[in-house]
Amino acid sequence: MERRVVITGMGWVTPLGHDLDSVWRRMLAGESGAGPTTLFDASAFPTSFSAQVKDFDLADFLGDSAAAHDGASRNSRFALAACAMAWRDAALSAFAALDPTRVGVYLGGGEGPLDFQPFAAAALAGCRNEQGETIPLNTVRWAETALRVLTATNELEQDPNMAGGHIAVQFNAQGPNINTLTACAASTQAIGEATRLIRYGDADVMIAGGTHSMIHPLGVTGFNRLTALSTRNDTCLTASRPFDRSRDGFVLGEGSGILILEEVEHARRRGTRILAEVVGFGSTADAFRITDIHEEGRGAIAAMKAALDSAGMTPAQIDYVSAHGTGTEENDKIETLAIRRVFGEHAKKVPISSVKSMIGHLIAAAGAVELITCVLAIRDGVVPPTINYNLPDPNCDLDYVPNQARRLPVRAALSNSFGFGGQNNTLVLRAVAD
Amino acid sequence: MAARRRVVITGLGVATPIGIGMDAFWEGLLQQRCGIRRVESFDPSGLPCQVAGELPPFQLGDFIPKSYRKSVKVMSRDITLAVVCAYHAVVDAGLHTKCIIERGEAPGPPNVDSTRFGANIGAGLVCADLNELAGALSTAADEQSRFDLRRWGGEGMSNLTPLWLLKFLPNMLACHVTIVHDAQAPSNTVTCAEASSHLAIGEAFRTISRGDADVCICGGAESKVNPMAMARPALWERLNTQDNGSPQRASRPFAADRRGMVASDGGGLVILEALDHARARKARIYAEIAGFGAGSNSVSWSSPDPKGRWLILALQKAVADAGSTIEHIDLVAPFSAATPEHDAAEMSAWNEVFGSRLDQVSALTTRGALGHNGAGSGAIDFAATVMALYRNTIPPSLNTSNPDPASRFRFVQGDSKDARVRQAISLGYALAGGQSAALLIKKFEE
Repeated sequence: MERRVVITGMGWVTPLGHDLDSVWRRMLAGESGAGPTTLFDASAFPTSFSAQVKDFDLADFLGDSAAAHDGASRNSRFALAACAMAWRDAALSAFAALDPTRVGVYLGGGEGPLDFQPFAAAALAGCRNEQGETIPLNTVRWAETALRVLTATNELEQDPNMAGGHIAVQFNAQGPNINTLTACAASTQAIGEATRLIRYGDADVMIAGGTHSMIHPLGVTGFNRLTALSTRNDTCLTASRPFDRSRDGFVLGEGSGILILEEVEHARRRGTRILAEVVGFGSTADAFRITDIHEEGRGAIAAMKAALDSAGMTPAQIDYVSAHGTGTEENDKIETLAIRRVFGEHAKKVPISSVKSMIGHLIAAAGAVELITCVLAIRDGVVPPTINYNLPDPNCDLDYVPNQARRLPVRAALSNSFGFGGQNNTLVLRAVAD
Repeated sequence: MAARRRVVITGLGVATPIGIGMDAFWEGLLQQRCGIRRVESFDPSGLPCQVAGELPPFQLGDFIPKSYRKSVKVMSRDITLAVVCAYHAVVDAGLHTKCIIERGEAPGPPNVDSTRFGANIGAGLVCADLNELAGALSTAADEQSRFDLRRWGGEGMSNLTPLWLLKFLPNMLACHVTIVHDAQAPSNTVTCAEASSHLAIGEAFRTISRGDADVCICGGAESKVNPMAMARPALWERLNTQDNGSPQRASRPFAADRRGMVASDGGGLVILEALDHARARKARIYAEIAGFGAGSNSVSWSSPDPKGRWLILALQKAVADAGSTIEHIDLVAPFSAATPEHDAAEMSAWNEVFGSRLDQVSALTTRGALGHNGAGSGAIDFAATVMALYRNTIPPSLNTSNPDPASRFRFVQGDSKDARVRQAISLGYALAGGQSAALLIKKFEE
C-alpha cells in the first residue's frame, strides 16, 4: 500500500514577521516587507533596498539552548527558529514515542553569507604591493592576511549543509539529512524529495523546507550584475510587481520556511492535527540555456504536469496556484504561458498569486514559505493577493488576485518554483477530509 | 512499500589526479600511482598545507559540442570538472546523447529519451575565482587601501562580468550537464559536502526505482585546489601540514600516524539505469545498485560523533534496504578522511556493524592516492568499488601499510588482489554538518 504524506506542522521567519498567523494576516492585508537595506551599506548599489527579516532573536524560539548555536550563520538561525515553530505546531515535543532514527531533515538551504569584510581585506592585501599599487593576485600575500582575518566558525557556517546539521542536533533527528541547492527551486525540491523519502519508507517524519539570506554585498552584487533586481530605490514598498507590465525585476528577501511532513498513519496514531496532504511533486530540467528560460516554458510545463500526474489530479481540480512570480520580465511571461498550456480552459479561472510581491524573493527558501501560504489558504478558505498590480501586461493575462485577498474554498493548491539555470519544481497539496 | 524497479550501473566517468576517464584512473590505481604533489597551479607557500591532488591538463573542448564553446566563459572550475566527468560517463555507458551526436562520435537519434533522463549532481560551496574577484574588489579601495562598499556599489562592481554569479551557483554543475546532454527529467543538486555524491547516487537510485526516470547521471564534482578552498580547512585544522616535503605519503587514511586530509581536484559521475532499459539497449552492466541508507549526526554539527552512530545507521540501513546481510559483503570502501578524529569515528562504526567480518573481507580506499575533493570524492570511491566488483580485482590502497591498531580494514598492499566480490558497500559522510550515506552494490545476475 502506498504510504501517504501529510503536513502536521509549520513555521517561518519572513520579512513580515516570525509568527505563523500574524504574518498570514499581514499578507492577507497586502502589506509589503520591503525597506532600505540595513544589513550592510548598500547606499551606492544599483539596488539599495530589500525585504529584510527584522527584530529577530533566536532565543525567542529556542530559549536557553540558543546559546549552543552561537556562531551559526543567519541561514542556520532562521532555520532553527522556523523549525522550533513547526516542531511545536506539530506537537512533536509532546510525543515521547518518536523514533529519532526515523526522523530526517531535507532542506533547501542556501550557502551562508560570505564573511565579507575580512574576505575583502584579504583580497586587497593580495592585490596590492607595499606601495599600494595594484598587482595581479599574489597568493602568498593573500594567504598571509586571509589566515589571520578569516575565522574557522564563519567559514564553516557558509557550507550549505550546516543548517541541517544544527537542526539535527537541536531536534535529535538521526534519519536521512540532505540539503539541496537548486537555486530558487531548492526548498520546493526539498519538500518534494522529502515526501518521496517518507513514501519509500526511508523515514516517518521529515523536517523539510528551506532557509536563505543573500542580502549581503556579494549576493546583491551578483544579482545587480545580472540586472535581475528591481532598482526602484525611491519607491521600494511598491517595487515588487509580479505580472504587472511595469515590473523591473525581483526584490531580494530572506528567511526560512519549515514544514513537518509525516506519514499519515504515524500522524493518525499519535492523534495530531493534519493540515494538508502532499499529493504531487514534479521535478524537471529545462536543459536549454544557462542564461534563459526555455521560450515555451518546456521545463515548467513538464514539472507542473508531472506534479499533477503523480497526484492523479486534473488541472480543473486545482483551486489556487502559488506562482513562482518573481517580477522579472522573463519569468512572469513564461510562467503565464506555461500555466496556460497546462491548465487549458481552466487557466483563466484559477486564481494565481505571488506573495513575492509582499515578502520579496527568498531564493532557496522561497518555495517553502510559499507552500505554507498554500496550506493556510486551504485551512482558511482565502488566498493572498499579488500586490502592486496596476498595469495589465498583454503577456500576463490571467487572474493574479490583484491587490486584495480573496475568499474562496481551496481544496487543492499547486505551487511552482523555478531555479536559475533551468531546474523546475512543482508541488500539489490537497485538503484532508476529517 | 511501492514496487521497486531494479537499477543497474552502466557507465563510470571520473576526473582524478591519477587519471581522467575510468581506464586511466583504474590503471593508475593498479600501478599504485599517487596524484599528490606540491601545488603547481598557484604559489601555495603562504598556506600551511602546500600539497594537493591536481589534475592532468585537459581541453574542455574535447568534452562538449562545438556549439557550446561560448558557454565555457560562465563555467567555474567545478562546473568544468562535472562536464568532463559527464562526457566520460555517457561515453562509457554507450549513451548517444545530444553532445555525443553533435560531436559526430555516434549516430543519431539519441538512444535515451531526454524526458526520461535525469541528473542528480552533488556540488560543494563553489569558490569564487580569486584572481577575478580579488582583482575586482581591489578597485574599490579607499586612500588608505581599505575596502570601501560605496566605491564598490557605485563603480567597483562593474569590473565583474554581468554573468559572474552564474559561475558559482552550485546547481550550475547539473544545469550545464543537463544542457550539454539534454537530460530533462528530475534534476537535483545535493550540497552536503563530502556526503554529496553518495546522497546524489542514492537519490538517483530511488528516482529510477520508483519510475520517475529511466536513466540518471549522478555523483558529484568539486575543485578544492585553489587558495580559498585550501585556506578554509586550514582554519579548521583538518589538513596535514607536516608532510609538505613528502607529498606522496601525505594522505594516510587510518594510519597510526595519520596527520590530516589532503585537498584534491576532481569528480565522478556514474550512469544509473533501469534494468529493463539497459537490457533493451544491450548495455554493459557493471553491477546492480541494491541498497541506500542515510543518517545524521545528532550530537554535533562541527565534529564527528566519536561512536560513529550516524555512520552505523547509514551502513545498517543500506544493508537492510538491499535485503542483505554482512556475510554477503566481500568488499568495504570506507570514506577515509585521514584526520585523526574522523577516522577514529569511522573505525568505530565499521567495527560495530561488521565486527569480525572485517577480518575476512577486502577493503579499498583511494584517499592515499588522491586526497579528497569534497562533493566529488564519494563518486570516485564508488566508481572504484564498482570496477573492483566487476573485475573481481581489488586494487592496492596507498599509504595504508602502518595501520592504526583500531583499524580492522584489510587494505591491499603492493600488487592488486584477485578476489570474487559478490557485494560491496561504500560509505560517505560530511566532515561537518552531520550527513552520512552508504551505498550497497552487488554483482549483476539475471
